[in-house]
Amino acid sequence: MTDHTSQAELVRRSLKGRYRKERRFRAYGIVAIAIALTALVTLFTDIIGKGYTGFLKTTITLEVTMDPDLMYLDDPTDPKQVRMADFVAPLVAAVDRALPSATEDDQDALRRLINPYASSELRDALIENPEWMGTTRTMSFLAHSNVDVYVKHKGDAAYSIKLTDQQQAWVDDLRARELVETSFNDVFFTSGDSRDPAKAGVLGAIVGSLLTMIITLVLAFPIGVAAAIYLEEFAPRNKLTDFIEVNINNLAAVPSIIFGLLGLAIFINLFGMPRSVPMVGGLVLTLMTLPTIIISSRAAIKSVPPSVREAAEGIGASKMQVVLHHVLPLALPGMLTGSIIGMAQALGETAPLLLIGMVAFIVEIPEGFFDAATVLPVQVFLWAGSPELAFIERASAAIMVLLAFLMTMNALAIWLRKRLERRW
Amino acid sequence: MNTMSSMSSTIASEAQAPEEKVMPVVDEKPEDTVLEEGVTVGKPFADDPKFKLRDVEVLYGDSPAIKKISLDIARNEVVAFIGPSGCGKSTFLRCLNRMNDSIDICRVKGQLMLDGQDIYDAKRDVVELRARVGMVFQKPNPFPKSIYDNVAYGPRIHGLANRKSELDDIVESSLRKAGLWNEVKDRLDAMATGMSGGQQQRLCIARTIAVSPEVVLMDEPCSALDPIATAKVEELIAELSESYTIVIVTHSMQQAARVSNRTAYFHLGHLVEVNETSKVFTTPEHELTESYISGRFG
Repeated sequence: MTDHTSQAELVRRSLKGRYRKERRFRAYGIVAIAIALTALVTLFTDIIGKGYTGFLKTTITLEVTMDPDLMYLDDPTDPKQVRMADFVAPLVAAVDRALPSATEDDQDALRRLINPYASSELRDALIENPEWMGTTRTMSFLAHSNVDVYVKHKGDAAYSIKLTDQQQAWVDDLRARELVETSFNDVFFTSGDSRDPAKAGVLGAIVGSLLTMIITLVLAFPIGVAAAIYLEEFAPRNKLTDFIEVNINNLAAVPSIIFGLLGLAIFINLFGMPRSVPMVGGLVLTLMTLPTIIISSRAAIKSVPPSVREAAEGIGASKMQVVLHHVLPLALPGMLTGSIIGMAQALGETAPLLLIGMVAFIVEIPEGFFDAATVLPVQVFLWAGSPELAFIERASAAIMVLLAFLMTMNALAIWLRKRLERRW
Repeated sequence: MNTMSSMSSTIASEAQAPEEKVMPVVDEKPEDTVLEEGVTVGKPFADDPKFKLRDVEVLYGDSPAIKKISLDIARNEVVAFIGPSGCGKSTFLRCLNRMNDSIDICRVKGQLMLDGQDIYDAKRDVVELRARVGMVFQKPNPFPKSIYDNVAYGPRIHGLANRKSELDDIVESSLRKAGLWNEVKDRLDAMATGMSGGQQQRLCIARTIAVSPEVVLMDEPCSALDPIATAKVEELIAELSESYTIVIVTHSMQQAARVSNRTAYFHLGHLVEVNETSKVFTTPEHELTESYISGRFG
């Protein structure tokens, strides 16, 4: 006869230990999540804190007199001469007029308050509107990047202010009169890269990323899904398919830079495709993304309940009909999620693109798959490595744009899965 | 209620009941009986059979699951396959419309003829075969689509209806035959997966008969259903038996007794006994059959 009382006592004693273990395990979990969240929050605070100023531009408003004499023009009606005229002088004169304390000797210091590209802006405006010649107009120009840094980061030890004390006083004066202002940095979203941080933008990189992703999606998704369906549904199980399977899994673990080397050797050197173009970037990222898509698609196909397959086969659906009518619709959410995660990975990829030359300094916004381009992560890489401080905040801002892209893609993946998922 | 419940639970309750203790205790366990390959007692053969199955062997890799079974299945009869778990009755059933094809290691030997044509002929089109020999599975497995689309799927892929109205007619008549029409006629667009288990199984039967097969194979169709749903499915089988040949695998001996004309008893891959159902359950010829139906093992 078993002693029930003592057995219950034993159970009770072991229960205490079991609950303790459970509590400890739960505590480990909470600690792990806390660490992960802290890291995430720190990362975001740091990037946003550093980067939000990248979304601001500093402008300077001037009363510019377009005086033909000052611009060394003999004949102000001759467009050829206007093209060659000196546009810096009227700008400096305008700054001079805005600052009563400035003297004749301060010309150079005054010039360095305005963005170097302001003169070409003035030229373009004047060529477009020849009737402005000789008039005085109120115009806004980008401030010099040093002024930009001073206005945004005055008193921040991390930024060295490159303005002289007198220049600082002038900027403070202009700021007090609301002639120097910060506003939303539309330039950042409407232009390509530039040597001048105030003129640098991410549009070129965004378009480059978009073109590259289009190539990757158009190639990787159909090829990956087709490969997965063939391997899962049609391929015979033999040594060859085992070998292929092992190698696909291996490919998923190959460092991405190797794919860059492959792209360089095959697409550029062998096929003679141009360097730095989204086409080659997309091809390289396709190779990199394919294993991810194939593996996730196969998992999605495997998770389709065999009962559905049997049901279809039982009424006489052919292999193709079983796959197209039943397996594919049920596996699609998983396939799409896997593909979007693969694409997100590809979007953030830098190393392989460096090797195929997408790291070049490109000002123009690419217009096609064979135009030289760069992509967002490479742009971040370029700016982060730049010696000019003003580029650092541009890099942080570009990271935010990249993160926004990634989050949108992940949100899309979740939405698609929720939408297409069927419950039973 | 008790008569409705599955045989295994009945056996269990009877075995525990004290009056059953009078059963003679045999030294030799019935399972130990040595069976001779290819020997079947009773009446395995019929004149002009629908299925003519001779020396059928099924191997999973190297281990045999079915050992030299010969059996005829007549037109418009209901044959029940009974036997303990793992005896090969489901495997044998699945040979009749080649559902084992998708299992790589499964090999089928012997002669399997449907209306005088070899089922396993290399030139035989499996799709055509399955359109003629439909199957209902153990677990209700409707497609995650609407009720209408479930029934219409078969006719659609086989091109049985040219117009929407024809398809509607097929769906309605199939659902009527399955005794489901009145329950679902107002919600044909509803998801089939939202129905109750019994309704789902009857929908699966409707889906199978929508392609007008000549034979319906049923693999324990009621094992996942409650007694009321089971009764409905059994009624349905009785009605269908007028125009279809039905082969049903079941664990419930009452069910076999209620619905079938003939009963085949399987044991460890052998077909031990085939006879008229009434005969199998009243005067079994083989000692193993007797042991099984009297609940001494199973």
